[in-house]
Amino acid sequence: MSSREDILKTAENLRWDLGEQFHDHTVEALYGEAARISGRAVSHSGKPARFDFEKALDRLVTNRWTGFPIMVALLAIVFWLTIEGANIPSAFLSSILIDTMHPFLKSVGADLGFPWWLNGFLFDGMYLAVAWVVSVMLPPMAIFFPLFTLAEDFGYLPRVAFNLDGLFRKAGAHGKQALTMAMGYGCNAAAIISTRIIDSPRERLIAILTNNFALCNGRWPTQILIATIFIGALAPPALSGVVSSLAVVAVVLFGIAMTFAVSWGLSRTMLKGEASFFSLELPPYRPPRIWQTIYTSVIDRTLIVLWRAVIWALPAGAVIWLVSNIHIGGASIAEQTVQFLDPFGLLLGLNGVILLAYIIAIPANEIVIPTVLMLTALVARMSGIGSGAGVMFELDSELATAEVLRAGGWTILTGINLMLFSLLHNPCSTTLYTIYKETGSAKWTILSAVIPLVMGFVVCFSIAQIWGVFS
Amino acid sequence: MNTHIPQQCETCPVNPVNRDTAPVRHGLDASGSDYVIALAGNPNVGKSTVFNSLTGLRQHTGNWPGKTVTRAEGSYSYAGKRYKVIDLPGTYSLLSASTDEEIARDCILFGRPDVTVVVADATRLERNMNLVLQVLEITDRAVLALNLMDEARRHGVSVDERTLMKELGIPVIPMVARTGEGFSSLLQSIQDVANGQFVCKPKRVWTQSGKLKKAVDTLESKLQSAYPSLANVRWVALRLLEGDQRIAEAVRSGELERLSGSPIEMIHKKEAKRHVVA
Repeated sequence: MSSREDILKTAENLRWDLGEQFHDHTVEALYGEAARISGRAVSHSGKPARFDFEKALDRLVTNRWTGFPIMVALLAIVFWLTIEGANIPSAFLSSILIDTMHPFLKSVGADLGFPWWLNGFLFDGMYLAVAWVVSVMLPPMAIFFPLFTLAEDFGYLPRVAFNLDGLFRKAGAHGKQALTMAMGYGCNAAAIISTRIIDSPRERLIAILTNNFALCNGRWPTQILIATIFIGALAPPALSGVVSSLAVVAVVLFGIAMTFAVSWGLSRTMLKGEASFFSLELPPYRPPRIWQTIYTSVIDRTLIVLWRAVIWALPAGAVIWLVSNIHIGGASIAEQTVQFLDPFGLLLGLNGVILLAYIIAIPANEIVIPTVLMLTALVARMSGIGSGAGVMFELDSELATAEVLRAGGWTILTGINLMLFSLLHNPCSTTLYTIYKETGSAKWTILSAVIPLVMGFVVCFSIAQIWGVFS
Repeated sequence: MNTHIPQQCETCPVNPVNRDTAPVRHGLDASGSDYVIALAGNPNVGKSTVFNSLTGLRQHTGNWPGKTVTRAEGSYSYAGKRYKVIDLPGTYSLLSASTDEEIARDCILFGRPDVTVVVADATRLERNMNLVLQVLEITDRAVLALNLMDEARRHGVSVDERTLMKELGIPVIPMVARTGEGFSSLLQSIQDVANGQFVCKPKRVWTQSGKLKKAVDTLESKLQSAYPSLANVRWVALRLLEGDQRIAEAVRSGELERLSGSPIEMIHKKEAKRHVVA
């Protein structure tokens, strides 16, 4: 024990001997030596052409007037390519997995002598949930992720962070939050881990608590489908793709606005403090390696995310089937819950079906839309649509989906509010678990679920009331 | 007769044909490794790309600083030896107190990797050199991988690796990790340093001058007797002289001893698991 104290005392004395400037001297010596050595080893042959091109590009994409429009335009193009490009493979996958495989599996089950409940539970519940998730999620992800990764590989992301840095600082948050937010567009759980690049615990917590306002890929299909049905349909057919992409972009921008607003609020209340300075390097633009990017983003991101969705879809499909088929006092659990939630839902411009779907889909946002469709059909007791209680189905065209929803009492208000609620609600259970692991605190985990949920209720309620006044 | 010369070439160790130029990649399986390699470097210099080409893993890479925040570990075999590779978070220095710098520092300092490979951006050598020199202060065995040589060439920057080698006293390998250029030389240099065939004479910036050297020597001998197993006494002495409170606390509580006794993976995991505020 004494030898330890002795060491510290000696160190203290020696520090006095060395003088106050010691620290500065050592750092100076280091930098001086680094400059000398690299000066000796490096020679330039005055070929500034490439630098000029990069500088010109940087001036354009980080300019205060052109930077933001370029960002929004790139975002819109990526969504448009995703929306337009995903339609055909989606239809193809669903015709195989749902139209062909599902009846086949059911007949195999019947041939094997499965009782009706086992056949229903396995194939109408679990299998269909998985098939729906695959056919709806795989194509947009296989388009969106490579595009996003190409932009990342090229070096555009740090420029986005550079553009947003000023805004984040004004909100009392860290500029690097722009990068973690961008990760959130892929997966919130992964983005929560990526907040480790933020050194200050205060700013890191802000980044964690607001990451949910970046739409994750599980929520893209909801946004895209509802935008196409309710908003794209308002425009002439030739423009509907463009109009729906713009609607999705609007929701994304609203999410970014919410990120700033909540960061600002937190940094003035629970997480008070000054924004810390940091230096953000604008790395050189690098030609993306196209094939490698496509390969890694399909294998590493798309399939991993899809796998997670499939794993969660299995039990969720089972739950949906059970609540629709277990009857208590004449009506199924699902019907009773929907009726109970309906008045509350209508107050928010939503309905009981949507609220129940969000409760069932806590493990994975991906299965919200199939659950909504199934419950709508069940509650409205529409004959000829769907295949029975607890069967998740997909309709052949968006037109048919729209018909089911309208028959279930949906209006354009329901569509808009569903898009907003999909942005503003609690994170999925995986993300919550990740938040708990990273913060080690139940308080912050609960807050990260409560804040967006309360905001979702407030925003949807306000819009529903304003809507009611004007129509 | 001209058979004489080819025969010599066939057995010469310098001939690439005679080296085991194709490493066997084991991916995540890091069992039973002979040597431990730590990858250090500034953010966004292609460390993860080097890691991937060494191990055959596909750790996601991206063109922005701070991409690697979680631990990455893998392994490969080369010339009959098995190497475990640990990808450290990218840092500009080892002096400040942010989590990733602490992870990088503690791994090199107390984990005692057999070779520390510093990956540097050839187009920004001066800034990268600060980290290189700091790493050389705390380890005897290092290799400098001068990455992104293609970008340097495109920008009309040329780097004389022989000058660097002489100045730094460690092997310097110009390379392009994205295309694999210089990769076999890197493998060879790692091997040479790991098995002691190449003895590094690392440049020490801080401990050359009189007054500081004496102070460090004094503290060093005291630390040595208090912590006989401590890996890098000189560096701890330096930090104490700088007034580093964390290191002082580690000396007081005896944590220093625990750190110096634990294998590199444990340090890495422990640090990475540290939470933000509760």
